[in-house]
Amino acid sequence: MTTTTANGKGLKKFFRSISIPPVYYFLIAIFFGGGLLDLFYAGGQIFGNPAIMLNILVRSVALGIVAVGQTMVIVGGSIDLSVVYVISLTSVMSSYVMQGEASNVPKAILLVFLMGAGVGLVNGLIITKLKVNSFITTLGTSLIISGIINSTFSNWEGSVPRSFEFFGYATVGPIPFSVIILFLMIFAGWFVLSRTKFGAHLYGVGGNEEVARLSGLRTDRVLIIAHVICSLTAVLTGLFIVSRLRAGAPWVGPDGYYDLESIATTVVGGTLLAGGKGGVWGTLAGVLIFSILDTTFNQLGVNPYLSIVFRGLIIVLAVASYTIRSKKEAA
Amino acid sequence: MTTSAVTEKNSFMKILSNVWEFIKKIPPVFPIFIVLFVIVSFLSPTYSTATGIMAFLRRTAPLGILAIGQMIVLATGGFDLSMGSVVALVCLVSSLLLANDEANTYPTIGLMLILGAGIGLFNGFVVTFLKVPSFIATLGTMLAVRGIALYWVGGAPKGYFTDNFRMWGRGYIENVPLVGRFPIGLIVLIVVGLISWFAFHKTNYGKQILAIGDNVRAAKLSGVKVRIVRMSAFVVSAVLAVIGGVMIGGYGGVNVSIGEGLEMDSIAAAVVGGVVLGGGKGSVIPVIFGAYSLEILFSMLNLLGLPKPYKDSIQGLIIIGAVAYVALSQRKKR
Repeated sequence: MTTTTANGKGLKKFFRSISIPPVYYFLIAIFFGGGLLDLFYAGGQIFGNPAIMLNILVRSVALGIVAVGQTMVIVGGSIDLSVVYVISLTSVMSSYVMQGEASNVPKAILLVFLMGAGVGLVNGLIITKLKVNSFITTLGTSLIISGIINSTFSNWEGSVPRSFEFFGYATVGPIPFSVIILFLMIFAGWFVLSRTKFGAHLYGVGGNEEVARLSGLRTDRVLIIAHVICSLTAVLTGLFIVSRLRAGAPWVGPDGYYDLESIATTVVGGTLLAGGKGGVWGTLAGVLIFSILDTTFNQLGVNPYLSIVFRGLIIVLAVASYTIRSKKEAA
Repeated sequence: MTTSAVTEKNSFMKILSNVWEFIKKIPPVFPIFIVLFVIVSFLSPTYSTATGIMAFLRRTAPLGILAIGQMIVLATGGFDLSMGSVVALVCLVSSLLLANDEANTYPTIGLMLILGAGIGLFNGFVVTFLKVPSFIATLGTMLAVRGIALYWVGGAPKGYFTDNFRMWGRGYIENVPLVGRFPIGLIVLIVVGLISWFAFHKTNYGKQILAIGDNVRAAKLSGVKVRIVRMSAFVVSAVLAVIGGVMIGGYGGVNVSIGEGLEMDSIAAAVVGGVVLGGGKGSVIPVIFGAYSLEILFSMLNLLGLPKPYKDSIQGLIIIGAVAYVALSQRKKR
């Protein structure tokens, strides 16, 4: 009996430690709202068809992985708009290097991860050493990378070998491999943010950089590492996309609006845009909300322009649903 | 003799240091603009003629107006990402409502101004009362407004702009002494610039905006009506986006992707003009020159005959460089 209570306590502690963010109520509301609308007006596929449920998860993978990195950067009080073109660059570079040959895969993966780390390092160095605002820095690096990609690569150059498509298409039992990767990334993000020294430092830097610095943190280094991690998650998203599409194209990043969407999902998930508060579990809910919306609109056959309108309004509403009680002024 | 030499040297140093003090006070956007302008006039002689300069000023007037609007929101510590979509709404919907009839022009522009003010009020309401950070609030309206615009016109622009609508972006006043032709867009920019310069630098309103951006709590405690002032900033930026939108449509016509990226351009222009993201700092004239610097940069890259991708890269480098320069020179001042 004592063991069960201890276990119960442990569980309670565990749940408190991951502290389920309020956005999950919103997620449940969206899921059932969307599902019911679908049930009444479009045949109830969302509740009835497990393939659709899985599809909601697969839809979340690309945005979800990069949103983990974005969450870390935002927790640190920074922001990264360059992820879009890191995703594009990864997709074109990996497909170009692989050229459909399985033997080229390790080389390509190593190359794109190095490149991602490089972009993150440059972002971090410009932000911390040249004191350029992160918004402007990453807007700038985003433009720079887009120029490099568009002047060097054309659509669908090279291809990925069959063996590499497992990332996008393989399943483990009924569950897609990519979904497992997404959850591993979320778990890793949670672990880094709440179970490591680096995570604690990142919250400190995001909460108040001046205080963090005065209490002896190497704030610059913490932010640079966060930016490197963020770019690396963008690389992973790029690899997932290229394995789904089987070849790279320069437009895959901007086409998915991964910069603004990853920021929106992070903030919808309850992470403070100003930094210092939040976490990846909320971000996961944010990403799922977006996928459920897309799926619902698809099922109901909503006019594509109106679905953009709803998407915009729901982002605002979701964030408003918990900022409204805050006593602090927003800016 | 030695003493006189020393005093002479001292007075010379004094003048030099006075000059240096004066130079340090010049906002860094002016040297940036002058350097770019000199390069461009070497590349293309038209930029050293009155006609060339007037054409440049006609083209750049809309971005100048958008940058002023963006600056006012940035100065309160916010962002307005919806400006580009407001421009899209103005251009797409006007092309539909004008119905090729000149009589519809001013009612249409009036309606757009009302819609713009409504969008600004909505942004302001969401930020001040629902306390959503403006980055997210205006990201939401950016999506929603573009969606509404595309839905309204059915996905593609309909119709053309009438001549008296186009005049605001394209027109010239002919036979002006000294310069020949004077762009109407520039007159709009000058009027908007003067009004906002007066409001921003000579009235309490401007001080209140900067105070909010600097320290909300302090501003509130000293009696600033934070919510009203902040909402007004969003209304001003949306209305200026409408004015800029009329001029952009008039200058270049309309397409589906019109206005895309303008929010980023206006932020870049404002920041090159010395506005600090996070608020508390901003000045109208340097911001207009920030917009000019950005536009002259685009012209320079065009004149160099670079393909579009290279232009993007160089634009990115120069934006980072300019802002780093602004940031470093501001840090030295403190």
